[in-house]
Amino acid sequence: MRAALLIQRWYRQYVARLEMRRRCTWNIFQSIEYSGEQDQIKLYNFFGFLMDHFTPASSERNLISHIFRESEVFQDAEWEPYFCYKSIDVPDMYTGPHLTFPLTVNIITELVEAFKHKQHLHARYVLQLLGETWRLLRILPNINEVSTFHSKEITICGDLHGQLEDLLLVFYKNGLPSVETPYVFNGDFVDRGKDSIEILLILFAFQLVYPNDVHLNRGNHEDHIVNLRYGFTKEVLGKYRVHGKKILKLLQKIFSWLPLATVIDQKVLILHGGISDTTDLKLIAKLERNRYVSALRPPKRPQALSSSDGNARFSGGDWDQYSLVGRRRVRSLTHSNPASSRRELQRRSLQNYSTRTGHNVEEELRERRRWAGLSASCERIHDLPSSDSDPDSGEVLETDAEEWKQIVDMLWSDPMSQDGCIPNEVRGGGCYWGPDITEDVLNRHNLRLLIRSHECKQDGYEFCHNRRVLTIFSASNYYEVGSNRGAYIRLGPDLNPHVVQYQASRSTRELTLRQSVGRTERSALRALREQVFAHKSDLTSAYEEFDPEHTGVISMKHWAVATETVLQLGLPWRVLREQLVGDSTQDGIINYNDWFRELALMDPNTELAHTGLLETMYRHHSNLETIFRIIDTDHSGLISFEEFRQTWKLLSSHLKMEISDKAISDLALSIDFNKDGSIDINEFMEAFRLVDCSHAQILISMNGGTSPDPPQPSSPS
Amino acid sequence: WQNDSVQKKIRSAFDVFDHEQNQTVDVREIGTIIRSLGRFPTEAELHDVIAEIEEEEPAGFIRFEKFLPTMSRILMENKLRPVPEDLLLQAFEVLDQQKKGHLDPEELSRYLTQEGDPFSQEEMEEMLSAALDPEKNLIFYRDFVSMMTADEPW
Repeated sequence: MRAALLIQRWYRQYVARLEMRRRCTWNIFQSIEYSGEQDQIKLYNFFGFLMDHFTPASSERNLISHIFRESEVFQDAEWEPYFCYKSIDVPDMYTGPHLTFPLTVNIITELVEAFKHKQHLHARYVLQLLGETWRLLRILPNINEVSTFHSKEITICGDLHGQLEDLLLVFYKNGLPSVETPYVFNGDFVDRGKDSIEILLILFAFQLVYPNDVHLNRGNHEDHIVNLRYGFTKEVLGKYRVHGKKILKLLQKIFSWLPLATVIDQKVLILHGGISDTTDLKLIAKLERNRYVSALRPPKRPQALSSSDGNARFSGGDWDQYSLVGRRRVRSLTHSNPASSRRELQRRSLQNYSTRTGHNVEEELRERRRWAGLSASCERIHDLPSSDSDPDSGEVLETDAEEWKQIVDMLWSDPMSQDGCIPNEVRGGGCYWGPDITEDVLNRHNLRLLIRSHECKQDGYEFCHNRRVLTIFSASNYYEVGSNRGAYIRLGPDLNPHVVQYQASRSTRELTLRQSVGRTERSALRALREQVFAHKSDLTSAYEEFDPEHTGVISMKHWAVATETVLQLGLPWRVLREQLVGDSTQDGIINYNDWFRELALMDPNTELAHTGLLETMYRHHSNLETIFRIIDTDHSGLISFEEFRQTWKLLSSHLKMEISDKAISDLALSIDFNKDGSIDINEFMEAFRLVDCSHAQILISMNGGTSPDPPQPSSPS
Repeated sequence: WQNDSVQKKIRSAFDVFDHEQNQTVDVREIGTIIRSLGRFPTEAELHDVIAEIEEEEPAGFIRFEKFLPTMSRILMENKLRPVPEDLLLQAFEVLDQQKKGHLDPEELSRYLTQEGDPFSQEEMEEMLSAALDPEKNLIFYRDFVSMMTADEPW
């Protein structure tokens, strides 16, 4: 008996130690992930600010204005010819799958097999399939209503994030979608993983064959702005060099047409992110969901009344109104009677609008056709008429803002354990909602359970709020091999959720607890070291504040405070210190100069950050890439020097930094590896992957100041 | 000054599980936190601690301001103290009456899921995955003890 107690106590101690490590590792990955999301939203808000404060003639605005273009001025019918697949020929040498419509299960099975063998579907079939999907989605309601009639069990999957292996594992364990095996997929099908387009094609194909039994909800990553940063845009352009742009444009529409939620037996609500204190399903059911092409910005209606003093743009620093974080105040219309003017605006047709601005209708239509043109480019934007008729300078109507908040809350919110509802400042969008809100919203709508996704969970699922909220996440090994399991839910007529877990990749199942913790940990620490390294100058300044005589050492306490102030990741620095700082620490004192030197030894290409400019580049490379991709409107992967310079100006004003034109020009010249006057985005970004150091060496030699003959960059492993 | 560093340790461990950074953790993580601070509570002792620091109306979370004084006292008074490693080895040896140097997994499972503070099925499976030699289907407890008692930094 005593022996048992001893062994049990020891074992539980051992497991607790491991759990502590695992939890720290988890926190690292999650903070970095959410801080990236926050970054993205800050960047996007910044663009919004530019849009609203610069005149249309300004070049900065022109570089980015097209991403805000609500080019839905044409009916969907007018877009169909643009997306027509018929002119695309499939060459004889194409060995991939051929699709015939209407689709059948056999065809889809072949498609899945082909994807398993790493084949790509030909662009012609992609466009054809997406076109059919678009047609179907347009007739679906905002909220799917599903029933477990006929004793059917419904399967619900969470985030997949381009991880095809996990989807196939679910199909293997649970069966393919069919009339007997209905599915709900709860958003975030794309980004981060490498097979996002394949997942979409499979899900859309099944939905076309079984439209009553396969239901898709929109996630926060079903958004072209988010895709610019998180890899989906890049994936599509890489796999479809000729037709990628068209595919992305069609997907933009498809994403906006994805339903926002699914309700089972009127009792179980399924949506991607969550709810807030203002969640109102009735409102959600009747809004025009396709107007919200990106959840990051509300749609604007054209400015019907010309205001001579430019009242259409709000003044001062109030641009935060358009930021996502919890604002409910809406800029009111300049009319004295808001209600009637809203109705008025809604009745206005294009014709009225163009007459008012002094163009005749024909000219107007010609302009609009140009905007909707097949290859939007910077030059086209310069052709735009003057500010009066600029459709981007509209007002956000109060109803629009309210609807927009409903959507953002649904796609971005996270639960918290405390009561109440507060803005989700970690992600930068949506809310944190508490158990009282869950009770209120569920009771108000006569619901029993809320199923959502959006957050990675170690076990693939997690209950909270007295088991009234269930998070389901289906991408296993999300942060790293062995980091977490994936899971899906089976729901029968009794509406009691039954969770099934799995983990892709055989090798991870054989790892012991300790091995898998160790592996994930090493990965997290590496990621953290990157962050530290990228902020070396700021960290040094912060440490020096505690070390005015520049002795190079500070106490652990000061180190922790300063590090958090700079990095703002909310991590337990004292607990991490030993692993992160290692040898440079002794008796509670940390020698930070030694530490930075050590970091340099561990990461091969850390010679990078000698100049402030390079360090900034390194730190903001995700932002940089996002801006590049936005500027590269024809998706060629190349931008000109001038565009590169503009990118830097944009980034530096976003970061409120000074960057001299000369420094940028010099940098641009050195990066032009081919000396042909343009910069290849992919090549440039490769330099920031820590894995491959050959590019870093090029940057090192650049750093030396001379214009060297750069060696040909080797292709990344 | 000693008290100060003790407080810092407790704070750090607590913070790891304070997901919303509002000075609270889920009550189910208290055991992990206490153990990660080097303490070896039995299940009963753990329940006692929780009872002491819970809210009047148990709400599923524990506040730091209640956790700190209790945990400080535990550390300063060296309560819930560690079991010496050699005792752990002896515990296994007691079960290995024939001094074979290994134990049968079925027997050990039965024992640990029935006696003392019984393991749950999940705990038992987890321990076996770490302790069992898959080829011989035996538990070489000496190696297992070394692994559990290793003072790895992480």
